[in-house]
This record gives sequence, C-alpha cells and structure tokens, in this order.
Amino acid sequence: MGLAAAVVAAIAVAAAQDRPAGTPQAQQPGEIGVVITGDPGTPPRYAVPDFVALTPDAAESAKTIGQVLWDDLNFEQEFYLIPRDTYSSIPVARTIDALPFAAWRELGADAVVFGTVQQTGGKVVVQVRLLNVRSRQTAFAKEYFNASNPRAYAHTIADEIHQQQRGLRGVARTKLAFVSDRNRDRLVDTVENREVKEIYTADYDGANQRRITVSRRLNLNPSWAPDGRALAYTTYRPNPDIFVSFIYQGVMQNPTKGVGANYLSIFSPDGTRIAFMSARDGNPEIYVMNVDGSNVRRLTNHPAGDTTPTWSPSGDQIAFVSDRTGGPQIYVMGADGSNVRRLTTNESWADRPTWSRAPFNEIAYAGRTGAGFDIKVYDIASGQTRQITFGEGSNESPAYAPNGRHLAFTSTRFGGVQVFTIGRDGRGLRQITRAGNNQTPAWSN
Amino acid sequence: MGRRSQAAAVLMLVAAVVVTGCGRRRAATPQPAPSTASTSSPDATTTGAPPQRVEDALPVPPQPLGEDSIGNRPLDDLNRDSPLKPVFFALDSSDLDDAGRAAATANADVLRRYPTWVITVEGHCDERGTPEYNLALGERRAAAVKAYLATLGVVSSRVRTVSYGKEFPFNPGHTEDAWAQNRRGHFVITSR
Repeated sequence: MGLAAAVVAAIAVAAAQDRPAGTPQAQQPGEIGVVITGDPGTPPRYAVPDFVALTPDAAESAKTIGQVLWDDLNFEQEFYLIPRDTYSSIPVARTIDALPFAAWRELGADAVVFGTVQQTGGKVVVQVRLLNVRSRQTAFAKEYFNASNPRAYAHTIADEIHQQQRGLRGVARTKLAFVSDRNRDRLVDTVENREVKEIYTADYDGANQRRITVSRRLNLNPSWAPDGRALAYTTYRPNPDIFVSFIYQGVMQNPTKGVGANYLSIFSPDGTRIAFMSARDGNPEIYVMNVDGSNVRRLTNHPAGDTTPTWSPSGDQIAFVSDRTGGPQIYVMGADGSNVRRLTTNESWADRPTWSRAPFNEIAYAGRTGAGFDIKVYDIASGQTRQITFGEGSNESPAYAPNGRHLAFTSTRFGGVQVFTIGRDGRGLRQITRAGNNQTPAWSN
Repeated sequence: MGRRSQAAAVLMLVAAVVVTGCGRRRAATPQPAPSTASTSSPDATTTGAPPQRVEDALPVPPQPLGEDSIGNRPLDDLNRDSPLKPVFFALDSSDLDDAGRAAATANADVLRRYPTWVITVEGHCDERGTPEYNLALGERRAAAVKAYLATLGVVSSRVRTVSYGKEFPFNPGHTEDAWAQNRRGHFVITSR
C-alpha cells in the first residue's frame, strides 16, 4: 500500500520534470484495486463510454476523452474494447452511484470506465474510475488537471490503466517525429527547383501534427533523445550537418560543427552519445561522438559504404548497413568498432536496420522484395527472420515503439510516401500522415 | 529515353537562345551514344546532338564556349543552363563508366577555362534504394566524380561534394528513363 502510493508519487514527480508542460498530473493515488479479468482464456472486455460533462463548457472534451481513451486502450490489444456504437441502450449515468452495472454486464463488459470533466474558466479537472462490473468495485481512480488538451488526459489515463492492469508500458503519450514536404515551400538558396523538407512531430496516433523546424531547408532523419526533449537531425546549410534541437526550450546545438558531411544521427540508449554516418574522411563511415560533439571516434574503416547506424538496447553494440560484399547487408559491431560481423544472409538487399528496445532484442529492417521493400524483423537470439509487411507498396524506414510492440514505417501503398504504424505481429495498421509526402519516422520513448 | 531527353535538350537550347542569344551546347543526353560509335564514326560529335534543324538555327559553333556569354551570366542562369554536364551512373554504382568519364573530362576542360570557378558536385540517386542508403551512395558518387576530376588536374579545393540521396529527383517519374536521369553527379557552380 505504502509502496504503491510512493510509486504513484514518484511518477507524478517524474512527469513534472520530464514531460513538456501540459501533460496532466495525477493529483491523488487511486484506491488499490484488483486486476480485472475476463472469462477464462479471453481478454477482459472493456466499455469506455463518453465522459460526463459536469459543466456545459466540458461537453466536447468529455466526448473526446472517451473516444480517445477507447482508441488508446484498444491499441495495445490487451483488452477487448466493446464498440462504442453498442452503448446506446445503456442508460447514461451522471454519477458513479447511478452506474447501471447490470446493463453493462448484459452487454458483456467486465470493466467499465466512468469519467467526469469539469471545466470552470480555463481550469479543467478530469476524474476517472475503472470499475469491475462483476464486483462493482473500483480498480483504479484518479483525478487529473492541467493538461494541454483533452487527448492528453485520455493518453495519460490509458498509459496508467495499462500499467496498473497489465504491468505494460503503454505508448499513448509517445510521439512520432518525421520529415515532410507538406508545406510545398521552395529552397531559397539553390538554382534547382527543389522542395523544402521540414521535421514534424505528431502524437503516436497521428493527432497534433506540428512543424518543428522552420529552416526552409532540407532537413532529414530525425531521432529522439531518450528523454524526449531533443531531436537530432541533419540540416543542409547547404553542407549537411547534424543539429540537436531541444524542442521545448527552443535551443539548438550543432555538435558536428560543419566538419565534413554528416548524416543519420541517432542517440545512444542512455542519451550521452550520438552515432552517425559521415563522409568527412572521404568515404561514408560510422562515427560516434558525445552529444556535445566532443570525443569523435571513427568506428568503421572500409572502402565500401558503411551507413545507417543503430544502437543495441544496452548501448554496447551498433548495427549498420554496408555494401562491402556487394548488395547492402546488415552488420553488427561493438560500440567501439570491434568485432564486425554480418547479420543478414538471406536477403539480396537488407537496409536501414533499427534495433528494438529492451526487453526485445531484434532488428527491424527494409528487405528488398520485388520492386520495393518490405519490413522484416531479425531476431538476434534465434537468427530467425519474420516479415511484417507483404508487398503492398514499398515499405521502408522501420522504427520501434518504446515498448517494442509496434513499428512505425513508411509505405507507398496508398500513393505518395506516408507514415504508418503497425503491430509487431503485422496487425493493426494505422495511417499517421496524409498531407504531402512523409518519411523516416522516429518514435519517442 | 532518347525522345524525351532530346525534347528536353531542345527546350533547354531554346531557353538558352532566348536568355543569352547564344550558347550552343552539347546535348544533355543522359546516356550518350555508345563509345564504339563515337570512336569509329567521323560524325561522332553529332551523334548525341539534338535535332539538326535546331543546330542549324544556332549561330555559334559548339566549341569553344563563348567566354563572354558564360563568364558574364548570373550564377543562377549559368547553373540553370550549365556548361557542366552531369555524370550519370548505373544502378547502385558509384563507378564512372566511359560516358561518365567523357562528361567529367568535358567539365574539366570548362573548369580549366574558368580557373576561378568553385563547384559543388551533388550525388543523386534513383528512388529504388532506401532514403538512408542513398545518402551514402550519393556521397560515394560525388566523391568518385571529385576523384576523377582530380586526375584531370582539377584541384580538390575547387570541388565541394554533397549527397542528396533520393531527396531531389530531377525526373519525378517512376520509369527506367527517370531513374537513369536521377542517378547522377550533378555539377553546380557555387562561385567564380
């Protein structure tokens, strides 16, 4: 009991420190309840109706939070979410005491969410309870305030329910960063007619798409700092160089300082180092530096091209692409450049590795299949490969969600190049972007 | 490919005449005639040229390039209708073939004529590789062009390189023709 309360308090403190302003804070620890189970062998069935608006201003937020929470809880496939359009026969409860448990049980619900939204002036207070329909006991109860928008309340509630009920680290508060040409701006410093590409971010579900860079230049390959507060990417000024942008502070650093051409920066799991590809010594090779640009070390030394580094979850190894044996293949080496060995042997062209995060230990990559690429996953322990996409358009640039259960990637399947997410089992495809062309997604922690 | 690039060459020539009043250019054919034909035929210089009637309409002989007309033009105009021709590459290759070496040699001649020019060689790729791999491939293409220019006496301090991967295709199409045009070392005059 005391321990659980301490954990909740610790989470609240961490949220205040690490999250951008506007992420809701949990005010009070909930009642300590039991895990809600379903019928034997089946996932628990959840009902998430609209939240109750306690003030007229809150009506829209109440509806949004209910819908987004339903989507968030559905995303991880840990629960069966009863479709919201079947709730119309259930009497709407204005208070917790009026909850029609019998009607929810009749609909097959094992768990029901009851939430309220109170909006007075600019202040919003959201209360939520997760109730066991059979026992009518509260399994989870919290009050939230100070979120930037209604969706943020839902995302926080979903992550906390996943944590409490399944011990699962949800990803509802994570973000995607990607490159987009949607603004159709033109480069100002070139003789060619070329489009600007800027870095954008979006919530994990595609909402709140925001432009991050305003450079009117070519910006490529964003990667997140592990704490989610900075993005590293390449900007052509006109020399391609690596910048680290602390997006909530508006501070930008340039660790590579214009030394040669520098691309494909990626943070180490502990956030202290950046691996990247550079042609500073005349040929594409893998380098590592501290985030501030100090202690640059070259890891590869081969006349072929070595590119696209990715860190192992523990940070002690780096996978990369090399065409030293002909077509591009994926290689692994120690983070000091030692012990280079080839990983992929069954592909004509294996490219763009992304190492999963713990507890998984696998590498997603783009493997050539026919005219395009498909997303495949190489399991380090077994050496087995499994395929995630199957020839619908060209599928490239995989990036893992921080809990390892999902991948973001790009696909041409519906025309243009767009960002999608998909489960690691190949199910649950979701289109994230629609405007312009969008490439090279990165998924925040 | 031939018809499209010839048409493009005609358009560029017309533009050149309109803008500058002169500037006879060699055809910007992505894949010039096979080297066997150009070495054995006495008409080698016209093998890859645009349609004859356009050539007839041009008042200035092909070589040498008019010093004043080029030297005095704004950089942007110069690059838009450049005397420096692209070096084209085979799929997933950064090796200069015969046609590539010929284009680089012609460019080296121009650079000798304008010894103050500083250029950027941009490495470009077709869309069939991944965006990440193509950054490296473009680097190697640009580096290969720079290295070959060095063997022709163009000092490396005059040649900057950059890779644009597949970010800026010259031909947005999805055909072999388009891909061939997009696999290139592209020359940009950055100062003079």
